Amino acid sequence: MAKVIEGLYYTESHEYVKVDGNVGTIGITDYAQNALGNVVYVDMPDVDDEVEAGEEFGAVESVKAASDLNSPVSGKVVEVNEALEDKPELVNQDAFANWIIKVELSDPSQLDDLMDAKAYEEFCNNQQ
Amino acid sequence: MNKRTCLYDKHVALGALIQPFGGFDMPIQYTNIIDEHKAVREHVGVFDVSHMGEIIISGHDAPRFVNHIFTNDVTKMKPGDVMYGMMCYEDGGTVDDTCVDMLEPNRYFMTVNAANVDKDSEWVHKQAEKFDVVVCYKSDWWNQLAIQGPEAEKTVTEVLHLPVSDLKFYQCKEVLRFDDSVIVSRTGYTGEDGFEVYGDKEYIRDAWDRLMRAGVKPCGLGCRDTLRFEVGLPLYGDELSKDISPIMAGLGHFVDFDKPEFIGREALLKQKTEGVAKRLRGIQLDDHAVPRHGYKVLRDGKEVGEVTTGYRLISADKSCAVALVDSSLKLGDRVEIQIRKKTFPGTIVKKRFVDTHYKKD
Repeated sequence: MAKVIEGLYYTESHEYVKVDGNVGTIGITDYAQNALGNVVYVDMPDVDDEVEAGEEFGAVESVKAASDLNSPVSGKVVEVNEALEDKPELVNQDAFANWIIKVELSDPSQLDDLMDAKAYEEFCNNQQ
Repeated sequence: MNKRTCLYDKHVALGALIQPFGGFDMPIQYTNIIDEHKAVREHVGVFDVSHMGEIIISGHDAPRFVNHIFTNDVTKMKPGDVMYGMMCYEDGGTVDDTCVDMLEPNRYFMTVNAANVDKDSEWVHKQAEKFDVVVCYKSDWWNQLAIQGPEAEKTVTEVLHLPVSDLKFYQCKEVLRFDDSVIVSRTGYTGEDGFEVYGDKEYIRDAWDRLMRAGVKPCGLGCRDTLRFEVGLPLYGDELSKDISPIMAGLGHFVDFDKPEFIGREALLKQKTEGVAKRLRGIQLDDHAVPRHGYKVLRDGKEVGEVTTGYRLISADKSCAVALVDSSLKLGDRVEIQIRKKTFPGTIVKKRFVDTHYKKD
């Protein structure tokens, strides 16, 4: 059973965003890392790049396939998780601890369009 | 509805991820590709490759017939030898790549790719009309396990009790179990020492169970592809096709032009002497981005080819591709691969990215 954390917001493409003040921490969910298998590369944007809600901002690559990353929210990238450059497998070890980017939210009302933990858990159950 | 091998129920019980491949529902991984890949490089692993096709060719004209449809020269074999090569069309395009086991004088056992079995069987039968041979296509009867890795000889000897220690790389033998044939060859598709064991459903199911009880790691088609790629082995559909000849694929050493006649000889000889527009090359990227089938290869911003297979390697810390590129490109030339919105620089290198460990002596 994939782990889901209370208090985060979730997308249908299996990204999460954790909000602290006006900063959103974005990564892929435990369900996503499990479905992908061994992660071997994370293609990340640069700091100061703008990301758009629902738009692709990079990719997570498993041994076999590339999977686009879609941003849950719009905003400016303020930090990227450089640890993933050398150790992309951290995403498999703990997808929630090993986030991918942090974004300064430009429109916090976009969070209303995302799923909460309960809705996301149901969404995952219906995927099988 | 896809076909299933005789071990399908056992793969499901082991929790394998099952996906379609070559018309079969096949196990892609049991745990994960990296663990299974490393088991084969470092110890031993077993693959269910029963989806592969088998064609037996026998009869008075068998050597002459096999030589007619095959690029390599089977008259150079003796019973118990295995030879790799291709079947080609008249224009030099590849029908399939195949291993031919010479079981006896006038009896050959060909293993062909699962995705090609219908096409190959039709092709071989059609060519056989003018020869005194019997072509027997019994892929449903034959099942196959590949036991691969440095501990493969120990495993096959102690767990399956097959007498294989006298086999060298690319040798085979047929052993009888009750009235049925079991064929074992010292071959594989991983770059490691290993064996391929062919038998009927009962034999293969029993052999699989014994290997599982002995703790041999079950390995899926996911790592079969990463293993073969690292050591530069081609996959039909990626590195060989009706549009990619053995010469374009850099497999000319499996095309024996000393033979006066075989299908495709004229076209292939022309390619060899006059050159080809595109050929397969290895590319090693400077970075760890992952090149994939179909990605564009550029030189000075101009498109020069396309990736056929690419991975971030598991056995070495680098990202590599095999690509069909302009044949003017030479080893050491710098190119770029377009990966999504970015281009990543790399160098043309040999297609074997990792050393092989075959048992040749």
